Amino acid sequence: MLQIKNLHAAVEGKEILRGIDLDVKAGEVHAIMGPNGSGKSTLARVLAGQESYEVTAGEVLFQGKDLLDMDPEERAREGVFMAFQYPVEIPGVSNTYFLKAALNALRKHRGLPELDAVDFLKLVRRKMQLVQMDESLLNRPVNEGFSGGEKKRNEIFHMAVLEPRLAVLDETDSGLDIDALRIVAAGVNGLRQDDRAFLLITHYQRLLNYIVPDHVHVLVDGRIVRSGGKELALELEEKGYAWLEDLARQLATTEQPAAAPLATTAATGA
Amino acid sequence: MSTPAASAGPAVRAVQPAPAPAAQPPAAMPATAAMPARDRDLAAAAPYLADWEAFRRELPPDEPAALVALRRAAIERFAVLGFPTTRQEEWRFTSLAPLAREVFQRAPSPAPSPRPGPAYLAPWIFEAAARLVFVDGRFAPELSTGDGTVLAPDAPASPGAPGILVASLADALAREPRRLESHLGRHTPFQDRPFVALNTAFLRDGAVVLAPRGAVVERPIHLLYLSTAGAAPMVSYPRNLIVAGEGSQLTVVETYVGEGVYFSCGVTELIAGAGAVVDHYKVQRESREAYHLATLQVHGERDSAISSHSVSLGGSLVRNDVNALLDGEGISCILNGLYLAEDRQVVDNHMRVEHAKPHCASHELYKGILDGKARSVFNGLIHVHPGAQKTDAKQSNRNLLLSADAIANSNPRLEIFADDVKCTHGSTVGQLDDDAVFYLRSRGIGEAAARSLLTYAFASDVLARIKVEPVRRDLEEFLFARLPQGDVVRQAV
Repeated sequence: MLQIKNLHAAVEGKEILRGIDLDVKAGEVHAIMGPNGSGKSTLARVLAGQESYEVTAGEVLFQGKDLLDMDPEERAREGVFMAFQYPVEIPGVSNTYFLKAALNALRKHRGLPELDAVDFLKLVRRKMQLVQMDESLLNRPVNEGFSGGEKKRNEIFHMAVLEPRLAVLDETDSGLDIDALRIVAAGVNGLRQDDRAFLLITHYQRLLNYIVPDHVHVLVDGRIVRSGGKELALELEEKGYAWLEDLARQLATTEQPAAAPLATTAATGA
Repeated sequence: MSTPAASAGPAVRAVQPAPAPAAQPPAAMPATAAMPARDRDLAAAAPYLADWEAFRRELPPDEPAALVALRRAAIERFAVLGFPTTRQEEWRFTSLAPLAREVFQRAPSPAPSPRPGPAYLAPWIFEAAARLVFVDGRFAPELSTGDGTVLAPDAPASPGAPGILVASLADALAREPRRLESHLGRHTPFQDRPFVALNTAFLRDGAVVLAPRGAVVERPIHLLYLSTAGAAPMVSYPRNLIVAGEGSQLTVVETYVGEGVYFSCGVTELIAGAGAVVDHYKVQRESREAYHLATLQVHGERDSAISSHSVSLGGSLVRNDVNALLDGEGISCILNGLYLAEDRQVVDNHMRVEHAKPHCASHELYKGILDGKARSVFNGLIHVHPGAQKTDAKQSNRNLLLSADAIANSNPRLEIFADDVKCTHGSTVGQLDDDAVFYLRSRGIGEAAARSLLTYAFASDVLARIKVEPVRRDLEEFLFARLPQGDVVRQAV
């Protein structure tokens, strides 16, 4: 479903991703873990198409199409969804009506008829239960005055309504208490299915107690330094990230200087 | 939403307390020695002075002496003040040169014909307790409803509760001038305000709304000013007098619309008696070639609750002056505004709120959305008089620039002469937040629609404060029509 090959990306001239390779198949859940500043969120935003991130090398195929060639809205319409780490408040724009406009933009792109108000509300009520959303949050402006937990739940609710093929969750677990975490995880688990893939970006292993991944990757200094099964997350929980950061430094210094001079400088300077 | 670019937090400047506006100055004006001649464009004033001589001869011979004297004092003052140039601080960013180049005619008296029919009015009207329509500044009774009558108070009112008189100013002056004398022109000084002086000099028609003590009418009273495209550009001098007696409650909506080039030079005097509740709206949707220079003068007495919302959408060159004197304890005064400008539109909002007595609250929120090469000016002064303790004054001006060529000037000011007050002000000039645009696009909303949604969101808090639903809906529709992909916005809000 998603193939990332040698992806390099920079923000404001500073290279953050230094050659990511990742293959995500339909139905799989991949967790991307890593210390702060490792490039996890950059990866999520590059996949969603944030324009302040510049892709300097590599390619990303989504269902066989060149993802990097698409505008953010086109990616969404093709079935990519990103749950934001910091969802944006939009005063005056109703959560429900906004979502209806978004869903109909997706449906139009796919040649489906737009949903009318009645059908849309039926859909919304069904999806609300998935994330135990309070009905009052539906009628309020998007994220305005929502608590941190409500915002994250609202992201999962948006995801549930938009039914993406690929969902990227950018630190959706951060700042959640255990109850909210359970609700969010239950929402994600409820959406797991054979034709949908998830990329969970997280700093903590905690989320993975509730959403069991098929694969775990550890990102350090813009590179995946280790991949494994769900047990890798437990190992990280035990040992911390330090041993992998050391490993990354070794990798960087033994590399051919011509291949990644930037990486070498930055890694030795760290 | 937008990035802070200007000051926030109190800034205190020591100045001489301004004299409290009271009765009009005497007819014999002191020479303005302090004002150098280059600050005034006297040549621009000459055609108006000549027209005033003609105007004077058209007036009924039996007018009250006080009114005759008021007009004369005003024209004499205007002759001294002339048109202000950008050398004057109050006009620094707003050049009147385009206005000075135009030649205007007053509407013929009696009113012009043929007049616009009811179909022409349809887009602008809504259900109202009374509606006075003015064409080129003159009252049009055949287009109006409820004029000259006393509006019944809303049920349930106490038995014998009085109604509200709504009439054209010309009629009221002809029928019962004494009843107007205690207010007309009393609260609106023109000493330093050339266009208030000009309006006062040509004072003849407009609306009078008089609510006696205890009168309550909740449905809006609508004043609609139409300017027509005639053989030559027209000038009109709308003058509105709104007096809310003790404990009364009323809502007034002023709407300004028109076609072609014209000059609308209006003054509204709003007097809120003790405990009165007044909601005032001004919707400026003049033609895109029009000049609109108008003043709202608010005089609040103790425990009154006053709100005035200014919506400025049309016009080529627009100046809105809002002056409020809070002259009693316990007054609440809310002044909100929303202005949209594009192309080369210029919109200037000058606010002056005077806290003359303790325990008053004034809250101002003005928001602007500028596109193209539009320019805006916000100049807001909060002046707290000595002894006006426990003043609670807030002032906020936020500007959203949609293009690189648009310019917003924002100058919030505080002058505080009391030591136990809470005064804040702030202003921002910014662009749409890229992260917010990205957030919407990541949900499948196209870029243009995303930007429009966020622009709407920026305006939404001012919109939400407009309590007269047809006014709010009309404004929303204007936004949907103006914003790219407005249909998406319409569906999403």
